[in-house]
Amino acid sequence: MRLLDLLRFSLLALRRQRFRSAMLLTAVGLGVGAVVVLTALGEGARGYVLGEFAYLGKDTVIMMPGRKETTGGMPPITGVAAHAITLEEMEVLQRAVPGVTALAPMVMGNGPVSYKSRERDSMVIGTTAAFFPLRQLQIAQGRNLPELALGEGKQVAVIGQKLKEALFDSGRAIGQWVRLRDYRFRVVGVLAGSGDSFGADLSEAIFIPVASAQAVFNVHGLFRVTLKVKENYQVEAVKSAIAKQMQLLHNGELDVTIISPDAMLSTFDSILQVMTLGVAGIGAISLVVSGILVMNVTLMSVKQRTAEIGLLKALGAPSSQVRTLFLTEAALIAAAGAVLGMLLGHLLVFTGTQIYPDVPFATPAWALWASLALAIGTALVFAWLPAQQAADMEPVNALGKK
Amino acid sequence: MIEVSGVNKTFILGDSTVHALADINLRIEQGEYISVMGPSGSGKSTLLNMLGLLDRPDNGRYSLNGVDTQTLDENERARLRREQIGFVFQAYHLIARLTARENVEMPLMLAGVPARERHEAVAGILDRLGIAKRADHLPNQLSGGERQRVAIGRSIVMKPALLLADEPTGNLDSRSGAEVTEILENLNRDGITLLIVTHDNSMGERASRRIRMVDGAVAADQRFERVV
Ligand SMILES: Nc1ncnc2c1ncn2[C@@H]1O[C@H](COP(=O)(O)OP(=O)(O)O)[C@@H](O)[C@H]1O
Ligand SMILES: [Mg+2]
Repeated sequence: MRLLDLLRFSLLALRRQRFRSAMLLTAVGLGVGAVVVLTALGEGARGYVLGEFAYLGKDTVIMMPGRKETTGGMPPITGVAAHAITLEEMEVLQRAVPGVTALAPMVMGNGPVSYKSRERDSMVIGTTAAFFPLRQLQIAQGRNLPELALGEGKQVAVIGQKLKEALFDSGRAIGQWVRLRDYRFRVVGVLAGSGDSFGADLSEAIFIPVASAQAVFNVHGLFRVTLKVKENYQVEAVKSAIAKQMQLLHNGELDVTIISPDAMLSTFDSILQVMTLGVAGIGAISLVVSGILVMNVTLMSVKQRTAEIGLLKALGAPSSQVRTLFLTEAALIAAAGAVLGMLLGHLLVFTGTQIYPDVPFATPAWALWASLALAIGTALVFAWLPAQQAADMEPVNALGKK
Repeated sequence: MIEVSGVNKTFILGDSTVHALADINLRIEQGEYISVMGPSGSGKSTLLNMLGLLDRPDNGRYSLNGVDTQTLDENERARLRREQIGFVFQAYHLIARLTARENVEMPLMLAGVPARERHEAVAGILDRLGIAKRADHLPNQLSGGERQRVAIGRSIVMKPALLLADEPTGNLDSRSGAEVTEILENLNRDGITLLIVTHDNSMGERASRRIRMVDGAVAADQRFERVV
């Protein structure tokens, strides 16, 4: 039998049993749709998390005060440590640990930034010039913070794009003085782009020298420190060298957390990948369950079309051909259901991207192919038994049935 | 073309055994026109199904065109059915979702003949059977006589040597019955071996060879000059 004839014959048969076909179509469609949507969610979560950390290079290390007690958990977000990390210690680090090439300490706070009558509550980040290249942030106008000694304050600031617009509109910001609490800072640079990272919008922030921020907020300890590892140095080795040095500085107590985003990311990545596989598996289970429906429907179809099977045999169709006919019907309906499920799934995924534009929902290609193959494969496996039953019928008995 | 010797077929129903075929010996030459008559349950259909390779006898020999069929496997039997045997049934056995033309094309389609060749082969047959105008109708839009003509068209589209008809006019009124009979006889005149099972005496008596079955056995096997 020619393929085209086979498909046409099967389609006509499927059309005759509309209700059963629709049921199968729905079952397979839901299964495939579930795989499409669930894997898109998994991939979206993965992409989102990875995207949030993407600005950190392979060769950066982050240190924060406080020690996570259990290994493998998340580092403390607000570290309440016995010993704060101080600027003086950073000076020691820079001198004593050879693998560290650049170092950006961070002091964070919030405060009202004003220019003339305009005022904005802004995130204030005290740091050094090294911060911007480390975070891959570009200066659009003016220049970076000046290179200062770590403990040296200066009344200069770099501001984010949105903050600049809020205070100056399209006017010139460079050279203007803005007020933050009791201090005044001269704007020397404006950041490019939105600078969205870690869920914080850096384009609404003001950046000042770290020693100045310590004075503004009257704090001593650092919120965190980003360090860049020198070329040809092992990140892990530098990490432990830093830890050793910090332990030394803190009277033998290791009360800082040092993470390398790269290692953390690959852990995250594999966790999220497993999660995606897991949810894909849930969708796959619903597909396999639909196989039981395929079997029943094919069984019914074989029972109902016994006389037709007898006729086909009388006309000289070999057993294998009879089996092929029923398998084709099952495979066709599974394929149609899969396509339907993909359309439905993609529609849902598309809706998701409209509602949450930040999350990169996307069904991975492997999930599409796997769900299509699984749908058809399941249909074939489960239809095999009834199809073989049809193939094995004695022609004379089959013909006699009404 | 057909040689049957010592063929038996028994059915066991509960604790009674039915001898549907009892020691059948038959020789049929190419081009013969044979009617098979006899009371209901005498084994006529069983004989026809056996000859058509739809059923296997319990024992004995059946050779078709020199091939010993009892040694063939199911695939080889299917091939013989496809290439050498046409069937016409009392109940037509048309596929309801296919048009008259498609039903006639069915054996060609199963055999993998491309659509264009199929159309050419079928056009002449539809014409000859007087159903060309009804070619695109579904079976339930056709009269009984038309349906049986479609079934006949299907049975001869592969140009078989042997045509087996089991009460082909059983569901038809006398007029369409006569038309169907005439079609079958015309096919026989063209050389096909025709074997008709019938209840109808007047139809059975048109055949040049009349076999009478009683209790699974051949009770009479007579040859006549063609009357009509
Ligand atoms: N599949 C079957 N199972 C049991 N008995 C059968 C079967 N087919 C035929 N028979 C029996 O065999 C005998 C002959 O049947 P059949 O050839 O159909 O008779 P006819 O066609 O002459 O009316 C009958 O007694 C019938 O009941
Ligand atoms: Mg009968």
